[in-house]
Amino acid sequence: MNDTTPATARIRDGVPLLEMRGITKRFAGVVADDGVDFDVRAGEIHTLFGENGAGKSTLMRVLYGFHHPDAGEIRINGSPVSIASPADAIRHGIGMIHQHFMLVNTLSVADNVALGLRSSRGPLTEPGRVSERIRELSATYHLQVDPQALIWQLSVGERQRVEIVKALYRNATLLILDEPTAVLTPQEVDDLFTVLRRMAEDGKGLVFISHKVREVLGLSDRITVLRAGHRIGTLPAAGATRDQLVQMMVGHALPARELAAETGFTAETPKRAPADRPEPAPPGPGTLADTGTPTAPGIGSVARGVGRAGTVAAAGAPRLVVRDLTVRGDRGADAVRGLSLAVHGGEIVGIAGVSGNGQRELAEAIAGLRRPSSGSILLEGTELAGGNPARARLAGLGYVPEERMRDGVVPDFSVAENLLLVDSHEPAFSRLGFLRSGEIRRHCEELVRAFDIRTPTLEAPARTLSGGNIQKLIMARELSREPRVLLVAQPTRGIDVAAAAYIHDRLREQRARGVGVLIISEDLDEVMALADRILVMYEGAIIGEAAPGASTRESIGLMMAGVRPEAPADAGSWATV
Amino acid sequence: MNVDLIVAVIVSAIAYGTPLVLAGLGELLAERSGVLNLGVEGMMLMGAVTGFFVSQQLGGPGWVVLIIAMIMAAAAGALMALIHAFLSITVRVNQIVSGLALTIFAGMAGLSSYAGQVWGIGGQHGVHQLTRVDLFGLGEIPVIGPILFDQDPFVYLSWGLVALVAWYLYRTRTGLYLRAVGESPRSADAMGINVTRYRYVHTIVGGALAGLGGAYFTLAIAPIWTDGLTAGSGWIAIALVIFAFWRPDLLLLGAYLFGALSSLGFTLQAHGVQMPSEFFSSLPYLMTVVVLAGASTTLARRRIGTPASLGVPYVREEG
Repeated sequence: MNDTTPATARIRDGVPLLEMRGITKRFAGVVADDGVDFDVRAGEIHTLFGENGAGKSTLMRVLYGFHHPDAGEIRINGSPVSIASPADAIRHGIGMIHQHFMLVNTLSVADNVALGLRSSRGPLTEPGRVSERIRELSATYHLQVDPQALIWQLSVGERQRVEIVKALYRNATLLILDEPTAVLTPQEVDDLFTVLRRMAEDGKGLVFISHKVREVLGLSDRITVLRAGHRIGTLPAAGATRDQLVQMMVGHALPARELAAETGFTAETPKRAPADRPEPAPPGPGTLADTGTPTAPGIGSVARGVGRAGTVAAAGAPRLVVRDLTVRGDRGADAVRGLSLAVHGGEIVGIAGVSGNGQRELAEAIAGLRRPSSGSILLEGTELAGGNPARARLAGLGYVPEERMRDGVVPDFSVAENLLLVDSHEPAFSRLGFLRSGEIRRHCEELVRAFDIRTPTLEAPARTLSGGNIQKLIMARELSREPRVLLVAQPTRGIDVAAAAYIHDRLREQRARGVGVLIISEDLDEVMALADRILVMYEGAIIGEAAPGASTRESIGLMMAGVRPEAPADAGSWATV
Repeated sequence: MNVDLIVAVIVSAIAYGTPLVLAGLGELLAERSGVLNLGVEGMMLMGAVTGFFVSQQLGGPGWVVLIIAMIMAAAAGALMALIHAFLSITVRVNQIVSGLALTIFAGMAGLSSYAGQVWGIGGQHGVHQLTRVDLFGLGEIPVIGPILFDQDPFVYLSWGLVALVAWYLYRTRTGLYLRAVGESPRSADAMGINVTRYRYVHTIVGGALAGLGGAYFTLAIAPIWTDGLTAGSGWIAIALVIFAFWRPDLLLLGAYLFGALSSLGFTLQAHGVQMPSEFFSSLPYLMTVVVLAGASTTLARRRIGTPASLGVPYVREEG
């Protein structure tokens, strides 16, 4: 999609707009950035590329005055500057689009833009003039923004445009974009890139932070790769290849399949090797007849027997049937609206969608953490709606939550305690209410080994583990209970590539064992790499279904943006469940 | 009911509501910046005792003495608020703990009582008292005259302050920044607004207003000092801010509603209505409980007007 050749001609030679030399930043002994050099020229888009935790965001937060570097020098237009606060950064013409938007939800777009600005009316606000200027900027850069709208009324894409307008309003000459595409649909990403190229053509310097190779190669003029706080190298995007970049990012070559899954190049590599695929029944209308009687006990028990025997029972009755589910969100409005779906044993169903379309509420309702206002959730005949997490677990649900630190582990409990959280009542681990420490230890050691959880000891508090290892810990706990249905929300968000690949393998392994796997992910690449069927969620309902092989990113992206698919027959497979 | 009784109820509602307006405005400013100040009751008591003491000590024309007393009362409240600001903004102590500690520290049987004893003003009858000023000679107009044009200067001051705060919040840049700081300190910081300074200034100004509200008891309502004479007004002021959805105009109305409840017993008795006085004196507190309980359910859920960062310390380097 990004076939525009980088306009290297526009990049101005001479003194760079920004030079960062030997930037070092430590947090409580952990080095986030270690002597990193980085520079940006006027008119170029310079990408900071690397895994989560490589030090990209920290480096830019140093530049924006959120962090004070422990060592290093920053030069703007050749002269050394000291940036102690965001106010200093703004004064030096630096604008930053943060990953989590810096907007005041209760204020209007114009008020948000005016924050921190001088006013020609002295102490008074001047909403009229600000609005006018916003309209001018919107027209110049094709950034559709209504100055009078309140932030909470805007979509994520619109909020991002407000952030860009904020920076432009302040005449930023250097714009930092911290993972700006993470929250956007593919179409919105294309629009954003158009805006960014236009800004570069205007002579602004842009820093683009990303870990998605495809985007990086399509947009950048130059790419600097960071790994574990070190600068691995800087190279022009024109001659770079994805293999080269990924190798620089992770420090070694990744197997082709992992590479495909982790970097979003799903279209270029075979989806799955045949041996890897546990032969789920082809999704679509053909399986519909089977889903008609999900509660029939006979069929359910047959499916169970088949599942235990090791063969895959995708053609049998669905294990998880959600019907006409409506769930209220935190704001009081319905977040899930009459949603229906079915998950069979031995398949991975992926729910794609832009965040905030009811995915979290759906997951919490299935897990028993949120009471639906209507509809039913049947797990092999057991009604989960209106129940509680214990009932869901007893029925055979494994749940890996989106907010790992909040909902997945008790951060101050040890690794062992967290591994045992849901099973402490099992006779194997407790007798008369007292825990059997020997048994527990053996069980936990086994899990830590089996799931490759990197922890110094079983007694280490969970909060000291990296995101990837916490996710492995939760997966270990949930999978050790041999669930019938596994619900995983955001399986690999914020997790390093190697751990993400490992978790993807584990999910495929569960599918091969006949477990019904439902993943909810905002990362379309991940859904496309893992799922046998993709359901696109929009405004609380499934707007359409896609098969990963047959559907293009663009058609799924359209659905994510709320455009209904044209062929209604395809939608039948979920709508009639 | 006759018209005189209604006017009497309104006039006394204003009298009893005025300290609530002052202290409530102060709390509103602090909370708009994201700082919950539960020390209002203590700050009011310190203002009350300080104001009374200063007015007893100074000689000179009455109005000069009273103005100085009011300034000193505000300063006493501000000083207390400075402690709260330091603890909750700089040291990031839990704001509830810090506020409660200050109220206990300064409250009944605390610093304000001690000061009253040391200064020996316990049994004294005040020399100076703020009296009603008949504005433009309009106080004689029936019904609206006594309500609008025959009040003491404190009342006129409180009306001016309500208008000023409303204008400040919605029409000035600093007011806009203040709202941004209370809603999303991180966004405000990213836009170059000094979150710490905004929080300090508004907490301290809030404390000054609480001190002024306390001084109203000893300089206007009755020129005497007794331990704990504010009798929970500080708590009512905090409830009032929630009741008013953090808006100055509604705060004024709410304060007079609470004031009416506080004074209803006396007023009705004075007009010969027989009811147990305990019933009436419990009304404002009952109302406070109802408001706070209501706020913690529906309101808190829908977050009507609650500054999103209320009670949450801001740390730039986190996250």
